[in-house]
Amino acid sequence: MDPLLQILKERGRLPTAELAKLTGKSESEVEKAVRRFESDRVILGYQAILDSDKTGHGGVRAVIEVKITPERDGGFDRIAARVARYPEVVSCQLMSGGYDLLIVVEGSDLKRVAGFVAEKLSTIQGVISTATHFQLKTYKEAGVLFLQDDKAERLSISP
Amino acid sequence: MKSGGEFLADHVKGIPRSGIRDFFEIVQKRGDVISLGIGEPDVSAPWAVREAAIYSLEHGRTGYTSNSGSLKLRNEVATYVENIFGERYNPENEILVTVGVSEAIDLALRAVLNPGETVLYHEPCYVSYAPSITLAHAKGRAIRTRAEDGFRLDPKAVAEAAKGAKVLLLNFPTNPTGAVLSGRELNALAKVCVENNLLVISDEIYAELTYETKHESIVTRPGMRERTILLHGLSKAFAMTGFRIGYACAPAPLIEAMMKIHQYAILCAPTLSQEAAAEALRGAEVTTREARESYQMRRDFLRRKLEEAGLKPTNPAGAFYLFVDIRSTGLTSREFALQLLDEEKVAVVPGEAFGPGGEGFVRCSYATALDRIEVAAERIGRFVKKLGERRLVAAR
Repeated sequence: MDPLLQILKERGRLPTAELAKLTGKSESEVEKAVRRFESDRVILGYQAILDSDKTGHGGVRAVIEVKITPERDGGFDRIAARVARYPEVVSCQLMSGGYDLLIVVEGSDLKRVAGFVAEKLSTIQGVISTATHFQLKTYKEAGVLFLQDDKAERLSISP
Repeated sequence: MKSGGEFLADHVKGIPRSGIRDFFEIVQKRGDVISLGIGEPDVSAPWAVREAAIYSLEHGRTGYTSNSGSLKLRNEVATYVENIFGERYNPENEILVTVGVSEAIDLALRAVLNPGETVLYHEPCYVSYAPSITLAHAKGRAIRTRAEDGFRLDPKAVAEAAKGAKVLLLNFPTNPTGAVLSGRELNALAKVCVENNLLVISDEIYAELTYETKHESIVTRPGMRERTILLHGLSKAFAMTGFRIGYACAPAPLIEAMMKIHQYAILCAPTLSQEAAAEALRGAEVTTREARESYQMRRDFLRRKLEEAGLKPTNPAGAFYLFVDIRSTGLTSREFALQLLDEEKVAVVPGEAFGPGGEGFVRCSYATALDRIEVAAERIGRFVKKLGERRLVAAR
């Protein structure tokens, strides 16, 4: 992978000067490359990974297995896009196996998520069934561990 | 009546303490130091490796293994060595698992050397080579490599030094210089070894950390397999220094002789570590690629920063060290390292620790987090500038 993309993927949108230092490119080259990645939609967005237990705005999160009927024109895509457009839906993926879509829904409380499933999701034409699993605890998210490893001490000088 | 130190053997008394150990003790006494003096990765071993060690403990695998190492691990080693070094060894009798490459070097030297025989080695070099040769009651003959040649070993220099020598000890990529030999240089060197009937002990611990080119081993050159003891281990590319697992690959009679010493001195490498090592080699491709990419970025970064500071680091093609020329400062490597530590709280290793040929240089390890490297490089830059200003004032 492009070293610049690798850094952006791992560390987010660092200041351009920092990216320039890390990649050995000039700031204007970096700026241009990042803009290009963004306009080509190689980079779709930048987000912080939060521990919601500590933000005070925890809310609830549900993983929902959705079975849908594929359509003659477009297969699963049209219904999947309809589901994905709801702001409550954090992620939406087409899966192989026992169901079709795996979606993650966030809401301020259980009632809201349940309401979304009953009133919005289940009533979309083509949705056959849903199975909702509420998340209890997060151990790792987007490659980041929530539990902290002990800091391993190294000798300050070694051969 | 004798007491204490009077019982010591003469050849042991004559060995100086490692310059690194010496400097470590000075650094340890200071708090808040950024260290570029560390010869090990800054990450823990991959989780799958640690998990394999836990699993092996849970299942009570706490006994000895075969002296040569578990056959499971030797099979993994054989496959891995064939992939990386391009040479096939028989896991039954051509591979020996050791306690790190350090033990393997000691075994190899003791297995082949009679008292007084001569070992060639290139220098500056890893701190254990000269003492290990002395401990094997042999004589070391250092061949100096130079910054102007990128610290690569000139085959002609080996030919000139080869008279009466039995063994050539190689370490490419090199700690502390990061030097790597090209395919053509290996061809020429192999020819010299065959012509002079030298046995080669090749410590290739940094093989996976070769950046611009793919690592090549001298063992693949014509006539070399039968006269080479290839040494490698998991400490560097797999971040497993504390597991202490290395291995030797060589023709059966050499491995058998090394195994005899290992059998009586060590018995076997720790079983827990062997289990972890087998798992590491199974997942090697991803681990070593990620390590290489991460070090390469840090190498380029540190080199740029040091160049901006007006220093001349070598352009190492392997390992995770920059060997930095500090001769322009007018200080010895030890003075430079001590003053840098005092004034800027950055630790680097004085080149003299790697033999007389290392004088005039300091070793900076880039196996450290980028933000730490950045601060360290800025401080080194400030320090070098201050030295320059002081020299100007003194000259007036």
